[in-house]
Amino acid sequence: MTAVEEKAGPGDKRVSERILRGFFREMLLIRRFEEKVEERFRAGELPGFLHVAIGQEAIATGVCAALARDDVIASTHRAHGHAIAKGTPIDRIMAELYGKREGCSGGFGGSMHLYDVEVGNLGANAVVGGGLPGIVGAALAFQMKGETRVAVAFFGDGATNTGAFHESLNLAQLWKVPAIFVLENNGWAESTPAAQQLPLPPEELGRRAAAYGMKLIEADGQDVEAVYLAALAARDHALAGKGPVLLHVRTHRLTGHYVGDPQVYRNRDALKEERRTKDPVRLLGGRLEITDEEFAAIDAEVNAEVEAAVAFAKAGTDRAPEDALMFVYA
Amino acid sequence: MPELTYREAVRDALAEAMQKDESVFIMGEDIAEMGGSMGVTQGLLQEFGPTRVRNTPISEAAIVGAGIGAAMQGMRPIVEIMYEDFLTLAMEQLVNQAAKHRTMSGGQLKVPLTIRTQGGAGWSPGAQHAQQLESWFVHVPGLKVVFASTPEDVRGLLWSSIYDDNPVVFFEHRTLYPIKGDVPEQLAPIPLGTARIHREGEDVTVVATGRLVHEALTAAEEAEREGISVEVVDPRTLLPLDAETIVGSVRKTTRCVTAHEAVTRGGFGAELAAVIQHGAFDWLDAPIERVGARFGPLPFAPPMEQWVVPHAEDVLEAIKRTVARG
Repeated sequence: MTAVEEKAGPGDKRVSERILRGFFREMLLIRRFEEKVEERFRAGELPGFLHVAIGQEAIATGVCAALARDDVIASTHRAHGHAIAKGTPIDRIMAELYGKREGCSGGFGGSMHLYDVEVGNLGANAVVGGGLPGIVGAALAFQMKGETRVAVAFFGDGATNTGAFHESLNLAQLWKVPAIFVLENNGWAESTPAAQQLPLPPEELGRRAAAYGMKLIEADGQDVEAVYLAALAARDHALAGKGPVLLHVRTHRLTGHYVGDPQVYRNRDALKEERRTKDPVRLLGGRLEITDEEFAAIDAEVNAEVEAAVAFAKAGTDRAPEDALMFVYA
Repeated sequence: MPELTYREAVRDALAEAMQKDESVFIMGEDIAEMGGSMGVTQGLLQEFGPTRVRNTPISEAAIVGAGIGAAMQGMRPIVEIMYEDFLTLAMEQLVNQAAKHRTMSGGQLKVPLTIRTQGGAGWSPGAQHAQQLESWFVHVPGLKVVFASTPEDVRGLLWSSIYDDNPVVFFEHRTLYPIKGDVPEQLAPIPLGTARIHREGEDVTVVATGRLVHEALTAAEEAEREGISVEVVDPRTLLPLDAETIVGSVRKTTRCVTAHEAVTRGGFGAELAAVIQHGAFDWLDAPIERVGARFGPLPFAPPMEQWVVPHAEDVLEAIKRTVARG
């Protein structure tokens, strides 16, 4: 994504169609990757368990497009989209899901621990809220070294109930470090709905920023252009030395918590309606007036990439059992 | 040879590392103007300024986490956790994050972070300001664990911990801060994973850590008067462990006592006993005796506190039990 170089200026709400088409392709790539992952998991090829980001693609794409390559991110258990958007080739992500040496974490991490330090991915975290304190520290290092970089933490609404969230925002604001806290608010903490886990209405969750005197920027997480512009503004704010930003994006998890989740807790009709009206890929396609023929062409390309990633992963090298301890200590 | 207190020796290592290296900085509660609740960091704010000597909120998870993040970006942070009891508030960051980033990333990341902390009984702080929790961390692959007992050791080991590329949990003992000892003119790094034989002996080996090193040395002198020759070994780093020196000592003496201030059950002495029985089974003439605190939260009133934690006489009794086995 070369969008950073072509970013819209302050106050300019227009993002070029060329950039938006790039976003569309990447979001479709994330979608097809996730669907393939579900399929291969159900076929019994992938060890462990998986969380896919279907419905939340616009956030990964919009935020990461606003970042420079050497900005860093910490991701969550729902990590595939973030990793793709930050620039890790999908064959290396797929290889990680297959546990191969060629994987982006060398087969040591798995779906919930995708790392790629070269492109600024400091790792996905399987402990809800666990990645936030480290992002404060990364941002502190940038501040101390006088580097023009930001550190970004992704997390969900469930994480805003952890102590780690509050301690991190508090310390980040106190020290005015260049951090962006991206709250992907899908209204679910696994199977528990907002009403049972948030004391605020979910649309008002951004108010938590006020407790720390932190800058709040909000965007519709299903609208990639809005997310991108909001992330650019957040990055500018953080790099101007004005302190961190809580970037609150409302979104929709259009699947279960994990692959295979029967979602017994969820209203079927409501989910169906969300899928019809809140799909960020479909919304962007409609807005760009992408024709059926155009879509078919892009989709064929993307699917071919995903198939190639699966082939790459399957042809990858298995780890020897005794490799297990090679990275315990530096 | 100059003489320093244990407290001064810690400060000396911190100051020298910060003079040498811009990437080293310290953060923690009350460490700046106040100089730390134990006075260890006094004067460092004046010398290095508030950017590198950072007072923090009372927020252990965030402080440790910030140390992890800064360490992953090329800094060598030193985080002070005021009392080791408060490590419990940062366990997620230490155990799930600091210890695991390197493996989870397939070797892409390293976390050169030092967590300094202190604890220990003997001044009636009650149950939440004096625990000895070092053995918890020995159970976590990816961490290193240091427990220094003398000024020379604390200086040389802290230096090595700061310059180790792994997260190190560095334990100091509150009652040792005022003790004095000779230190080398120039700071001499002590490699992690090397034990110190404090006193050579023939009949019994006492493997002791922290305050109990000094109690063991007192017990050894008393035993000597009663005709028992005691060797005292301090592992100094619990992880990695210098098993060779410890097992070698027990093969020589054929009897062993482990001694620490932490509660005996599940304490580091249990790990030592397992390592020693495996390495010196055919040499042992008596069961390994373990000395540690009685199994209860530390009570406040001095008579109860003193009864719970071990002293030189407890070590001496354990020595005699091993000798009594013939």
